Amino acid sequence: MRRRAIENNRVGYLMVSPYIIFFLLFVGYPLMFSLVLVFHKWNIIGPMRFIGFGNFGQLLHDALFWKSLGNTLIFLVIHIPLQIIIALVIANILNQRIAARGFFRAAFFLPVVVSGVVVTILWQQLYSQETGLFNTLLSRIGLPKVPWLISTRLAMPSIAIMATWKNVGLYIVLFLTGLQTIPASLYEVADLDGASEVQKFFHVTIPMLNPTMVMVVILSTLGGFSLFIEPYVMTGGGPMNSTLSCVLYIYKQAFYFNHMGYAATLGFAVALIIMIVVIIQRKLVETEIYT
Amino acid sequence: MKKAIFYIILSLVALIFIYPFIWMASAALRPEIEISSLSPFSHNFSISNYKAVLEKIPIGRAFLNSLFVSSSITFSVLVFSSIVGYALSRLKFRGRELIFMVILFTMMIPFQITMIPLYVLMVKFGWTDTYLALIVPGMISAFGILLFRQYFKAIPQAIIDAARIDGCSDLGILFRIVWPNSIPALVTVAIITFMNTWNEVLWPLIVIRKQSIMTMPQMVTLFAVGGQAEQVGVGLASAMMLAAPVVIIYCIFQRHFIASMVHTGVKG
Repeated sequence: MRRRAIENNRVGYLMVSPYIIFFLLFVGYPLMFSLVLVFHKWNIIGPMRFIGFGNFGQLLHDALFWKSLGNTLIFLVIHIPLQIIIALVIANILNQRIAARGFFRAAFFLPVVVSGVVVTILWQQLYSQETGLFNTLLSRIGLPKVPWLISTRLAMPSIAIMATWKNVGLYIVLFLTGLQTIPASLYEVADLDGASEVQKFFHVTIPMLNPTMVMVVILSTLGGFSLFIEPYVMTGGGPMNSTLSCVLYIYKQAFYFNHMGYAATLGFAVALIIMIVVIIQRKLVETEIYT
Repeated sequence: MKKAIFYIILSLVALIFIYPFIWMASAALRPEIEISSLSPFSHNFSISNYKAVLEKIPIGRAFLNSLFVSSSITFSVLVFSSIVGYALSRLKFRGRELIFMVILFTMMIPFQITMIPLYVLMVKFGWTDTYLALIVPGMISAFGILLFRQYFKAIPQAIIDAARIDGCSDLGILFRIVWPNSIPALVTVAIITFMNTWNEVLWPLIVIRKQSIMTMPQMVTLFAVGGQAEQVGVGLASAMMLAAPVVIIYCIFQRHFIASMVHTGVKG
């Protein structure tokens, strides 16, 4: 018995060793190194120069950094509610006795599996001012054309709408799975109490879906802070930096200007902000479920 | 009556999700003057846009690169993550819980924080512009380990004990006994890993500049951004080529795709 335990020990360490090596090299070291980088000015070719908290000072006064955070906020304010409303409505309809449910589910899910690059190239054309599908459709029914990606006020909302189209299928299926775990007895009790459909929706369905809701809000938020390929391909961050996202800004600082220390500082700050935002969201959205 | 309204809503929404893809497939086959046409039909279909893509960029090479990188990573993630998952679920050793906590912790680290130092590491290793930079940092996945750990826990101890009495080593038990009993978990991890690697763009853009090593989404991205496509139809044709493999696999394994992504809550 004792031998068995010792044997297990050795084999156990051996078997987790690939992960330990991997972790030290590709997670531990980069994390440590980023702590060094944030205190240095470095163009990756020359020597590193220690500048103390210089990068943080620069960050506080960097209008573009705050602009990218503001853009992310605009994205999230449009993307999250839109996503939740559409996903909730569709999931509730799909949860009825619907024929061909599998087909509809698969159709809504299609954009989720397709590369973001494909979706972006496609939507760039749909949004195109002169030859785009949306504007052609609008002028066909006698409405004025909309400067989807050209206007500084509309460009980010346009990207948020596209991202909703791309991701909402996943959230439909997540809500659908959540709906199917709600015990039918809860609705029966509500029926006995004479609750209307609307009351049942707001007092049974919504509270019971809370765990899914939390997940949807957090995943969408992480998506917003990771936005890169959409503005990179569609607008390059323009017009007038109105679609500059956090990751696109880090990318530009690192690979257009070779400001490695500053880019690492930006990455650090964004990661910190993500954590704070997610903690606040959990506090706001998460509720106790009484059953 | 209520049912009818539901079907109308569902069909309209399904149209909104599918029609852009149909329109793209059609537009990639149309001449440039018909690009703003709303209908997917035309009398002038030709494959000249696809020919133009093939002439302008080595997209076949990029396809093979992507296939190589995604397959290598998927294979490696299945092997290594299941080995670690097996140790964490089936073996007792000191520090096991600590390692489990570390893995949970790594899943919560936003990539924004490690992106720049990881790039510096690739430069130091001299791995930029090589397949190593694309493959090695993705060889084990924390999510794969957690999923395998969870799944392997449910396998009856009696089967494992029987194999051990027959003189099977732990690796033998894992690959000959546990794997055949864990097909759903293997499929889930394979689908998620392959899809995420196939669709990844940011990391290749950072570490690869040489055209012969570029992955397919990276090449299509640069093709679109650089204005090299010149015509809308040509750009859409390149996007079609990038979408096709995933869409075909999705149509065949649609149920597995959806189940996998719901199970893990991972976004593509």
